[in-house]
Amino acid sequence: MSDAANGMERVSARGVGENPVWRWVIYAVMTVFAVFFVFPLIYMVASALIPDNQVLAKSQSLGALFPTPFIGLENFRDAIDRAQVPRVFANSVLISGSIVGVGLIVNSLFGYALARLRFPGRKVLVGVVVALIIIPFEALAVPLLFMGAQVGWLDTYQIQILPFIANPLFIFLFYTFFLGIPRSLEEAAMIDGAGPVTVFRRVVAPLAKPAYATVAILGFLFSWGQFLWPSIVTRGVDVRPLPVGIGVFATTPPVAWGDIMAYTVLMTLPLLVIFLIFQRQFVEGVSSSGVKG
Amino acid sequence: MTVATPTSVPREELDDESGSGRSETTVAWLFILPGAALLFLFIVVPFALAIWFSFTNQRLISPLPTRVVGLDNYLGELSDPLFWRSLWNNFRFAAFVVPFQTVFALVLAVLVNRKVRGRVFFRTVFFTPITVVMAAAATIWVLLFNVNGLVNGFFEVITFGNFSPDWLNDPTWAMWAIIVVSIWQGVGFQMLILLAALQDVPNQLYEAASIDGAGPWRQFTNVTIPGIRNALIFVLTVTTILAMRLFDQPTLMPSSPGGPLDSTRTTMVHMVDVGFGRQSIGRGSAIAVIFFVIVLVLTLIQRRFLKEEAS
Repeated sequence: MSDAANGMERVSARGVGENPVWRWVIYAVMTVFAVFFVFPLIYMVASALIPDNQVLAKSQSLGALFPTPFIGLENFRDAIDRAQVPRVFANSVLISGSIVGVGLIVNSLFGYALARLRFPGRKVLVGVVVALIIIPFEALAVPLLFMGAQVGWLDTYQIQILPFIANPLFIFLFYTFFLGIPRSLEEAAMIDGAGPVTVFRRVVAPLAKPAYATVAILGFLFSWGQFLWPSIVTRGVDVRPLPVGIGVFATTPPVAWGDIMAYTVLMTLPLLVIFLIFQRQFVEGVSSSGVKG
Repeated sequence: MTVATPTSVPREELDDESGSGRSETTVAWLFILPGAALLFLFIVVPFALAIWFSFTNQRLISPLPTRVVGLDNYLGELSDPLFWRSLWNNFRFAAFVVPFQTVFALVLAVLVNRKVRGRVFFRTVFFTPITVVMAAAATIWVLLFNVNGLVNGFFEVITFGNFSPDWLNDPTWAMWAIIVVSIWQGVGFQMLILLAALQDVPNQLYEAASIDGAGPWRQFTNVTIPGIRNALIFVLTVTTILAMRLFDQPTLMPSSPGGPLDSTRTTMVHMVDVGFGRQSIGRGSAIAVIFFVIVLVLTLIQRRFLKEEAS
């Protein structure tokens, strides 16, 4: 072991790492965990590729993890025909895309004003934002449903988008990030005659890319999976997002498990691929969500 | 990630006036306005309405005028066995998931924090289920927990056919199926937060402990755990609050939401049933307020613990 070894390395080297038996035990444990996390996904894909009546018939043996008898993409075609998956998918993209995209602008501007601009009431406003973080959306769902019904917004996109654009947690994340940027850069730009708007656009926002990435990833994960709210404010397939779509499809007769699993593959695969490509950013984004506590 | 340029708020002419405090105030309010308007309309107003409605008999649609009913909604809920049943189910869920998921996440984090080959691969695998939205995860696991499903296939082998419950139709076992899905989907998130904390523990502390003759276990209890104290408190409270918000799994997995026999009915399932299903906005708001108070208490406890650390 090199003398420059960091603590962890030495811990594992001295304690358990040196012993090959221990090392294999640890690999075995990690493999068991890995199987626990992965087998439902393999099962999902395998079930989507076999005839509907075979899914339950062979579901009790390990054969369920292999797509035999293989029928190609027939279940996918059925799911798309029966449940209008492309439409529902587009709804989800539109809703989550708007929440994340517009939210990045609105929340970062708010956070920047709190962190850097001097105006009366700034401190109070920081306190208000921190207090609002505590209120969980679920506590607002019932009165919001009432408000939405009053203005005739049930079964629309806007009732699924507007309540989630401004987010006190994200404002706070931007606020703390902007506080951490050295003032000297902004001051240099100001001396050159740039006003707050230009400073924000040209100096601060480019420096804050990690904060934008974190908020985009967290915002997307939360909005993409939302179920409670759309399940009470949407009726038809026109504005329904994917989580409600799969819930309805899985319980609408005739229940065809091959088609249902094809639906879950269609809604899961794109996110999985994006996750594998941007894995590093994902990991960093999620990790930093806990730092602030 | 491209940073969107603000389109609606700024006007170029403001740039020239940066010197004066008055224009900075103007710019600040322009920056804040869109967010503040949305926060007001979609958090402050509905929050105030929730409190107001909870003292009235407001209904979603009703020809009759709304009446103030005082504490009737609260008294009605607090004397409704269904409400207590729901709260108890949240508690049952939390009592297992909070400690187990936190320890599991810590074990996973420690495993992938070791400088061994394949750590990135395993970290990726442990974290992957978080990309499966809960509604899809619940659907996959409904099939796995089918009475003739793979889970029972597994138990049949290890118990020689002595254990094969009809998980989602059996009041004794339905909650356990929900617990498994929740951990499967959620533990990766906690793992990453704890992993980030583990990596922030200074190496010198381990070296010092090692020089003092502390073995791996002593180092873990005396260096690692205190070093990640804040992250652990964060994970514990967030998981507890998530347990209070449990809705998707008990709605989607049993054949009827909260079933069988209300064995998976949670506070949120109850609230949606009352406020949306029965369209009783007043009563539903009372449940929302009670729910908020519980979350508030949990948050205050968390902040208390975090403060102690800071001082």
